[in-house]
This record gives sequence, structure tokens and C-alpha cells, in this order.
Amino acid sequence: MSSGGGGDEGGRMIRTTCPYCGVGCGLQVAPDGSVAGDPEHPANFGRLCSKGAALGETLATDGRLIHPQIDGRRATWDEALGRIAARFADTIAEHGPGAVALYVSGQFLTEDYYVANKLMKGFVGTANIDTNSRLCMASSVAGHIRAFGEDIVPGCYDDIETADLVVLVGSNAAWCHPVLYQRLAAAREARGTRVVVIDPRRTASCDIADLHLALRPGSDVALFAGLLVHLAESGACDPQWTQDCTTGFPEALAAAREAAPSIADAAATAELPIPDVAQFYDWFGATERTVTLYSQGVNQSSAGTDKVNAIINCHLATGRIGRPGMGPLSLTGQPNAMGGREVGGLATQLAAHMGFAEPADLDRVRRFWGAPRLASRPGLQAVELFDAVLDGRVRALWILGTNPADSMPRADRVRAALALCPFVAVSDCWPNDTTRFANVVLPAAGWGEKDGTVTNSERRISRQRAFRPAPGEARPDWWMLTEVARRMGWGAAFAYRSAADIFREHAALSAFENAGPVRRLFDIGALAEISDAQYDAMTPVQWPLPCGADRETSGTRLFGDGRGFPTRDGRARFVATPFRPPADLPDTHWPLVLNTGRVRDQWHTMTRTGRVPRLMAHRSEPLLEIHPEDAAALTLGDGGLARIESRHGGAVMRVHFLADQRRGDVFAPMHWTDHFTSAGPVGRLVGAATDPVSGQPELKATPVRVAPVRACWRGFLVRRSEVPLAGAVHWARVPLAGGHAYDLAGWEPLPSVLSEAWILALLGAPPDAELITYADPGGGAFRYARVVEGRLDACIFLACDGAFLPDRNRLGEMLGASVEGRARLDLVAGLATARADPGPIVCACFAVGLDTLRRAIVDGRLTSLADIATALRAGTNCGSCRPELSELLAAGRT
Amino acid sequence: MKGARPRRERLVVVGNGMAGMRTVEELLLRAPDRYDITVFGAEAQPGYNRILLSSVLAGQSTLGDIVTHPKHWHEARGIVLRTGDPVVAIDRGARTVRSAAGVCLGYDRLLLATGSKPIALPVPGLTLPGVCAFRDIADVEAMIGAAHRHRRAVVIGGGLLGLEAALGLRRRGMAVTIVHLMPILMERQLDATAAGLLQRDLARRGVEFLTNAQTEEIVGTGRAEGVRLADGREIAGDLVVMAIGTRPNIDLARAAGLDINRGILVGDDLCTSDPAIHAVGECVEHNGQIFGLVAPLWEQARICAARLAGDVDAAYLPPPVFTSLKITGIDVFSAGALASADDADNLVTLCDVAGGVYKKLILRGDRLVCCVLYGDVGDGPWYVELIQSQRSIAPWRDHLIFGRAAAEAGLAARAPQMLAA
Repeated sequence: MSSGGGGDEGGRMIRTTCPYCGVGCGLQVAPDGSVAGDPEHPANFGRLCSKGAALGETLATDGRLIHPQIDGRRATWDEALGRIAARFADTIAEHGPGAVALYVSGQFLTEDYYVANKLMKGFVGTANIDTNSRLCMASSVAGHIRAFGEDIVPGCYDDIETADLVVLVGSNAAWCHPVLYQRLAAAREARGTRVVVIDPRRTASCDIADLHLALRPGSDVALFAGLLVHLAESGACDPQWTQDCTTGFPEALAAAREAAPSIADAAATAELPIPDVAQFYDWFGATERTVTLYSQGVNQSSAGTDKVNAIINCHLATGRIGRPGMGPLSLTGQPNAMGGREVGGLATQLAAHMGFAEPADLDRVRRFWGAPRLASRPGLQAVELFDAVLDGRVRALWILGTNPADSMPRADRVRAALALCPFVAVSDCWPNDTTRFANVVLPAAGWGEKDGTVTNSERRISRQRAFRPAPGEARPDWWMLTEVARRMGWGAAFAYRSAADIFREHAALSAFENAGPVRRLFDIGALAEISDAQYDAMTPVQWPLPCGADRETSGTRLFGDGRGFPTRDGRARFVATPFRPPADLPDTHWPLVLNTGRVRDQWHTMTRTGRVPRLMAHRSEPLLEIHPEDAAALTLGDGGLARIESRHGGAVMRVHFLADQRRGDVFAPMHWTDHFTSAGPVGRLVGAATDPVSGQPELKATPVRVAPVRACWRGFLVRRSEVPLAGAVHWARVPLAGGHAYDLAGWEPLPSVLSEAWILALLGAPPDAELITYADPGGGAFRYARVVEGRLDACIFLACDGAFLPDRNRLGEMLGASVEGRARLDLVAGLATARADPGPIVCACFAVGLDTLRRAIVDGRLTSLADIATALRAGTNCGSCRPELSELLAAGRT
Repeated sequence: MKGARPRRERLVVVGNGMAGMRTVEELLLRAPDRYDITVFGAEAQPGYNRILLSSVLAGQSTLGDIVTHPKHWHEARGIVLRTGDPVVAIDRGARTVRSAAGVCLGYDRLLLATGSKPIALPVPGLTLPGVCAFRDIADVEAMIGAAHRHRRAVVIGGGLLGLEAALGLRRRGMAVTIVHLMPILMERQLDATAAGLLQRDLARRGVEFLTNAQTEEIVGTGRAEGVRLADGREIAGDLVVMAIGTRPNIDLARAAGLDINRGILVGDDLCTSDPAIHAVGECVEHNGQIFGLVAPLWEQARICAARLAGDVDAAYLPPPVFTSLKITGIDVFSAGALASADDADNLVTLCDVAGGVYKKLILRGDRLVCCVLYGDVGDGPWYVELIQSQRSIAPWRDHLIFGRAAAEAGLAARAPQMLAA
């Protein structure tokens, strides 16, 4: 056995796993905190995306939660944990176990998840524990269970590289799973893999697409029903396999014929050109090695589970499951969504891929845990959970590692629920919009500060390892949960000393009484007896991994021989998927459909990535993307402001014209919050219709209306510390190396807001502060710089339409710099320096801007990505900007 | 005179100050042989640069340093110079002048450059010893002498001259109080902000100020001992310098029956109402305007010399006036029509109180009409140029106040965007 720790021979380099998306890339962290891809990790083989490459820049601990707090006051751990235990116990005593709940996170490590799940389902006696994976993966889980009998991803990442056709459905992998996308792009380069992208938006992933089907949002089921009909009618099905290994094909085909009897019908429903649909169907039918990758465009839908099954149906009909280069492959959004599912961290699961429907499962888990009060039925799912908080059924809530005040649909309603809830505890690393509602705030250890495991989208369990101490009194979530369990009287069942203790128990449960009649495929019994040292040294491994299995081959692929589906009859099941449009459809009052999603360089609600200046350089504020013709009809201006409203809320956002956007659809990113912009979280706008099977909310199809907001001025504030902004001002905050920049715009004429008090408040300046001011009221320009002890402390530039506004980053770079003599005036001159403005950052890794690239492409006659790489290094690290680089090259040729 | 060789025309110059001597200089460049020239000067000294009297007072120059036209300069050019002998009468019919010393001289052309006289406050005590103006070498010598013997000075007048007098005396070790009638210093050239900065910076150099202060009396028995204000306050001072402005010296012209108003009236040809008599400098009034700054004088000298040299087209167009304070380390520059600014004009301001910089530009439409600069005056000449040319500043507006280099850089930085768009 190696000395462990995942370290190199000197014991200095720590191997761990990226905390972002479900690709689960391996990392090497140097003692100085710098991060590199782990060349030996099978998820990424050394590659990193822009977010992962910037992880080292997220490690600053200023602003972290470092002490427990009760009602806003610092408290000891004992007081805080005691308070949670007491409030939970009191609530259970008075209102029953169903009145308490946990809302947890796909950011949890498996060990955190395991303890949380055991505490609630086993000992509190309620399944009221749900996770933000409900917003992310619930439809895939439900679809897998319906098709395979268990939540199983049959294939693996290698399949992407050995497929001849890769279909991306509702997945902008180029931005959301960049390393897998790079693997696909490389494979396509090497072997000509055909790529079809099915997405209402022309995303960056379309850069490598041979065919892009910009389908009507929510019409996926019809499109894949049409495919199933086509496969059946064109002889592309595998009747023998279907007969031997599946049930339900006739019913599924009948439903498909109902939904899309012909290619023309499928094309009409999906609002696609018939030839494009026919092309896709032909390719799918003719290509044995076909992988269908799907993600949130499929899952986050009121028909998400049916979408999953409509896709899987096509793979079952062709027998393309679990063999090299073929199969459906669900890409998980979060680093440990899969681990949470293994544990059973969703309210609808029991534990270790066992469910509430099977009395034997309940009995088995009850005995394994020694938990006579074991919950016997599913608990409240995320959307229901917050509804139950709002109407008083849930009276004590503990939220760990997630920010529902921003990320849940109908965010304002969720906030109201949190405000009304008699007791809220929140564990997190940083203060966020959810901690504002907490009676008890607990400081959580974050990535790099705790030990545990995560499972990625290909069922690969990897270690996350601590490489530095947690700041202050921050502790791992599993420890907090364990301590509360002890205080509630269940110490014996929660006697964990370490993450390894928990992992062994988790592995043991997966193997417990797992002999049949239907074997649970999630079985990692081979890891149930590992020592602490082995746990420390654990290398990435795929499950299933039952006792005695060969860890190199056991978990690679499942069902390739058509056998072993964990159903009573051992067969996979077709699922009839009648087509249903989204729950809320546009009408004359709400004529547009709001889609939401990620942008390349941000993660979730930006508590981590929002601190990194170069990650904010790609998109500095949430942009409402709209087709230019829709925009013209609404008299919107490109780059101007617009008010967007749904039945649930409204926001003012900046508009970005994008011909890649479908007519009738608009798009807004999911990341921004009230901490970063006056637009606030897009969750305020989003409706909460849920999938009837998975309970996953429809986050990508909310009817909205959009109207222009005529800004009469714009500007920015740059200062060393954050400041609350209010009033008739649109703002978006961007972190800088030495402070913060706020981009500003206003629709009230400047003099009305240009009171001295307002300016002084923005500058954080007392009335007698040392200011340098520039005013040209007639020209509509106002500039203020505050100097403290000879150094620039803050500045404001405001400009009416047409007036000059300098590059705020240049001013930002001067924050804290000594300013003397002529330089004091240069501050408010805001002149471009001799150095040319790089423009919006495209390559975040090397901070190469759009304008720099455009200039280089023209001046340097660059014609290829390789040319750009040589000239500017752009695109050579994470590669996630390469689609944009290709577009720039194409634009340069015309 | 009879004979083939025509007699040279006789040019008599009354006043050997800066305007008169510059005209002579310009004339010699154009028509060196045309005139027999005689110059009468009231002061005993040969021509000197009056502007530099402040520098002499401040001890930064000597009297010798500021002489511009010493006696040998005249001798070398065949010019007759009569210093200390003012002309006291003109007989326009006979075309003769008569000097205080009784010299009577005929002229073909007469140039009046009698300059201006300091305004004396009509208050009691005006004639006490220790009271002086700040106008000529004699005044400066009196002030320097007082600084050797006395401790305290009162300067009446917070304009350009008064401030320079005050700083000069301060540098010579006197405690100085400026008594100013108006609420702000240099009110004709500065706005309240610039004046406030100026007052702050002068105060840092130990000058004391009383603004909104009307002098009622110069007190003292046998010698100035201070001033008493309208509100009854008394300020002690062994030297009282009166620097409240000048008025054109038009006594001679009036006596000669020339058309006068505040000054000797001249047209664009710088001729008086008598075609044989020209006038230049602080004694003239042109289009209702009288002059106290040097730039218009130079231009008048140039035009007048051209006329005297026979150029009948030369016409005087007043250049924009600008003021700069000649106090080391305190830079003030003001140009254009500050007083004429109205609500329709656009103000552009730049203010760094702690850094000691303030700038104000007044725009009328897209034209620059005025600039007030404090602390950073390097671009003053450029603004004067813009005021004079009345060029549109629209392309530079965003950077205009930061100076020529910034404006041009700003324009250059914008150019690629314009190309791209």
C-alpha cells in the first residue's frame, strides 16, 4: 500500500477532484494552492476547464463564515448544534417528524449525504430530506429507474470517444461539461465522429455539430417518439434484442405513433425543417455506435422523465446499450449528484438504491441502521418542501451547502417561506441570500478543507482530499450532522470518527443482503472493509464493485449483453411516453418563453466563481439573450435594458441580441443573485411546474413578457469594498483584484439621482472626504474619485447617452494605487492608456480579450486555432473558448 | 526744406512704456528709415517690462534685469529719448508737442502711449507717507524700502496686482493683510472655487485676508499706520499699498480735444479722432474696451506699426485676453469671457481641492469661450487658441478639460472604434 494521501512521492502534491460539474475531473493541488489537471484521472487525463483552472484563485478566505452564529450573534459550536437539536426535537414532539426537513446539496460529499440521509430517514423518521439535485437530476433518476429498474448510467466516458454518432440533447457541454466536450471534439478531429446537437439555442457546443436541431422547447418527447417510429419502420430496430431483453415495446411504439406518426409530424411539433429531422433519424438509424448525451434541457422539464425514457426507448429499440461507443449517457450537473443518488439523498429514495415501495428494502435498511423509526414513505420534494414551509407544515428546516433563496424557482416565494419558517439553520461557506434567513448559521468546511468521496456521471468514485485547514471554526457537514444526531440521543448510530468510517458503512449497506432476488447494481461491497490508509490512497474506481470484483473492469459498462437489468424479470422496460407540451405555454400576455442555463465561467450562484476576476470577465452581468427580430418588435436595443416579467416576478436585465436564439424564446443565465446584480436571481421569474414522476421543476420554459427600459445614463463605480446599492439604478458587480466594480445604468435623468448624498454614499465617503470631481452636465458626464491617504479608494463614472466612458478595468487596476500630481487628474480623465483595451475576456485562462483576438486575427492573418495558440496562447489550456475562437476566425474570413 | 532728398517724417512717441516701445520696435522692423523718432517718457528710467515689477518686488529679479530698452538701444537706432520729461500739451493745429521741460517739437505723426494711472481710493489719509500704488519703479522702490524698515503691510485690492504685491512683500518678510472689497479674489478672472483655492494657498504662505471689506480711511499721524474699514475694524499697517486697478491716462488727449470716453477712442486702425494721432496701450478705448493685459498691447503695437509703415489695411482685432498670476508655485490662468457667461452656457469643471487643481471651461454650443485654470495651467495657451479660433470642440469634449495631449489621445483612442463601427 502506498503511504496514501493521494500525494506524490514527496507527499506534497495532493490529488483531489474538482468541485464543479459532474464530469468529476481529477486535480493535483500544489502546496501553494495552484491547481493542475491530474494526468492520471480517467475523467480528464490532465485537462481542465476555465473554472477548474481558476480554482486556485477561489481559495481566499476573506468573507468566509468562520464562526457559528445564533440570531446573528457569534456562538459556540456546542450552543449552535444544541440549538438545532433542541428545535428539531421540540418540533418533532409537537408536530411530528414530518414537520422537520433537511434541504441539502449536490455539492455534498457522499459521506455528508450518507449521514444526513441516515439521520432523517432512519432516526428522525421522515423522508423530508431533499436536495438541489431535485432541480438537476431527478428526471434522469426517475427515467433510469423506469427503464432499468435502478438509477443506472449504463455507459462511460470512453463511449464518447468510440462512438460514430454523438447526439447532445439539451446539453451545452462546451460550457457546462467542458472537459467531456473537449474529449468529444478531439475524438471528432481524430475519427470524424458525427455530432448532432438538439437544443433550442445555438450554443457553443454547436461549433462541432454536423447538424443542429433548434427544436421548440419541450418538444423532445415528440422528436424522439418520431425517431422510435422511424427506427421501427426503417428496420433499424433490433427485434431479437428487444424481444429477449425488454418489455413494453409495442405500447411504447403505439404511444410514439400517437405523438409523432411521421417525420413530418415530429418536425411540425418540434418546429424543425423536415429534412433536418429526416437527416437526424437516418443517421441515428444507420449508426450502430451512437451515444446520446443529455443534460438539463432534458431533465429540467415538466416532462423530463418522459424525455429521458423517450431517449432510452430509442437505445433499447436498437439494442444500443452498454456496449463500447453506444448508449444513453446522462450528464450530471453537480460534482456529486451521483453520489447523493447512491446514498439515497432524495426524498423519494430510501438508501443505497433501495426504495420505499419494497417492504423488504425498508426492513433491510431498518435492521442495518438499527432504526426502528425508519421513515416508511417518501418525503417532500424540493418544490413541495418549500410550499410546506410556506404553509406551516414544515416548521424546522436545516439547509446545507445550497442557496435556495436564489436557485429555487419562484425564488421570492421561497424567500417568503424562509422568512416565515419558525426555525431555519443554514450551513455554508459564505454568507449568501439564504443565510440571511437563518436563525442558526454554521460555518462549513469547503472544497480542499474536507475529506470524502464524489461520484461522477460515469459512476466513478473519486476522492476529494483536504489540502489545507478550514478557516476559523469551519467544520465538515457530516460532522455537524453527526453532532446534532448525538445531541438528539442517537449517538450510538452516529459514532463516526472520520469520513472513512462513514464511507465503509455506506459501502457495507450497498452490499448488505444483496443477493437477490433482484440484485442491486449499486454495490460497492469491495470497499466496505478498506482501512483508513486505503481510503486515503483510494484511486478513482467505477461501480458496481461488489466484493471480489475486479476494480479495473467491473464497473465500466452495464447491460451490454442485454442481461442483468435490476428488474424482477431482468428485462429493461420501454416506457410509453405520450407527448405533453410544457405546463405553462406562452399566450398574448406572456408571449415569450424564458429558458435558463449556465454560462461558461460561472458556477451555480457564484459564491465561488463570482470571486474570481477573470471568470467574471467572460460575462460581467446576466444578459437576456433574444433574437434580433423579436427584439426589434419590442423596440429593444442591443445592450440596452429591458424589464422581464413572469407570473412569478420581474427583473431589469441587459439585453443581448443573438441570432442564435430561437424566435419566441429568450435566455437568461441562472447564476446571478442579489449579491451581484439588481436583476437578482433568475429564479424569481421561473415557474415551478413539476414533472409528475420526478418532481423536477420546469426551469427552462417560463412564459414571460419583455419591455424596453430606456436607460438615460450608464456608468460604473469602482471601490475597494462592497456597498449596498438601491434606487432607480441597474447595477452588476464584478470582483476585481483590489476591490469591486459595479456597472451602473439608470432610467431616471441624472440630476435627480446625482445628489451629493447619493454620490458620497456610493463612494463610502464622509462629507469632508477628499474627492476629485469632473462634471460636464451639458455633455452628460460626471466623474468622482475618492482618495484616501494618497491612494485611490473609489471612483464613479457616469455618462449620459453618447458621452465617453472609460474602461472600468483600468480604473479598477488603480484601486489602492498611490496617486500623486498629474495622476490624480488622470484618474477622472479615464483615458485609455497606450496599452490597447483587450475587450471582454474570451480566454479566461490567459485573459485574452475579444478585441485583442480580433486585432490579432486581422493584423496577424491568423487562420486557425493553432495560429491563435501560437500568437496568444488563447484556447491552449482549458480549450473551452475554442468554439468562440472558431467563430472569431470565421468572422475574420468574411 | 528744399532739395531732391525728401525730409523724413517726424514721429513723436508720448510714453516709453511697453506699448509705445513695442510699437517703435515693430515699426523699425517694417520701415526703419521712414521716421525720425523722438520718445518722451515721464519716468526717469528707460523702457522696462512693467509686468516684471512683481518679480523685482519679490526679489526674484533686479531692476536691471527688467530693462528692455536701455539708452544705448535708442542711440543705436537714432532715436531721441527724453526720459523724465512728460509731454504736457499738444497743439494739433500746429502739429507740435510741448514737454514739461519746455521742449517743443513738431510731428507728422504722433503716437500716444500714455498708459494708465493707478486708481486712488478717495479716502482720507491717501497722501500720508507709507501709502503707495503698485505701478512703477518708484512704487516698487518705496515698497522695498518700507519692507526694510517696517513689519506690517496692508494691501488694498485682491486683484492680480494686489496679490502679487502682497506676495512680494510677504517674501520680503512683512506681515501682509489683503483688504478686498469683493467676496472673492480676482473676481474678474476667477469663480468662487478657484478664488477659494487661491485664497487657501496664499493663506498657507502667511497672507491674511479680509474680503467684503470696504476701506474707509487710511489712518495715521504723519505716516500711514493702518486702515479703517467701513465696519469699524482697523488693520494695522506701516505700509499701505493701493492696488485696486488703473484707469487710462487721458489727460493729455482730453486737453488736446481728442475724442475720449474712458480711454482715448481709437478705431481698428488705432487712429484717434485726429488722423495724425495714433494711440496704443492702456490709454486707449477700442470698441468700448479698455486694456490692462499685455497680449492686446502687443497686437495693437503690431497693427499700429503696420499703419505707420503705410499698410492701410492693417486692422486691430482684439485677441482673447488671458490672465496669469505671476506668483511662483501658484498657477492661475484665466482666459475669455468669464463675466459674460450665462445660464445657456455649458460649464465643464474639474476639481481636486486636496491636489490644488481646479479647472472650469465655459462652452457656448460647441465653442470654448472661457477657461479658468488653477494649479494646472499648462494647457492655457491651447485653450486661448481654441477660444480665439472658435473651432468646434465637440470631438474633444470628453477630454477637453484634461488638456491637449489627453484630448488628442482620446480622439486617437476613439478612432479605431469609429472605424470598426
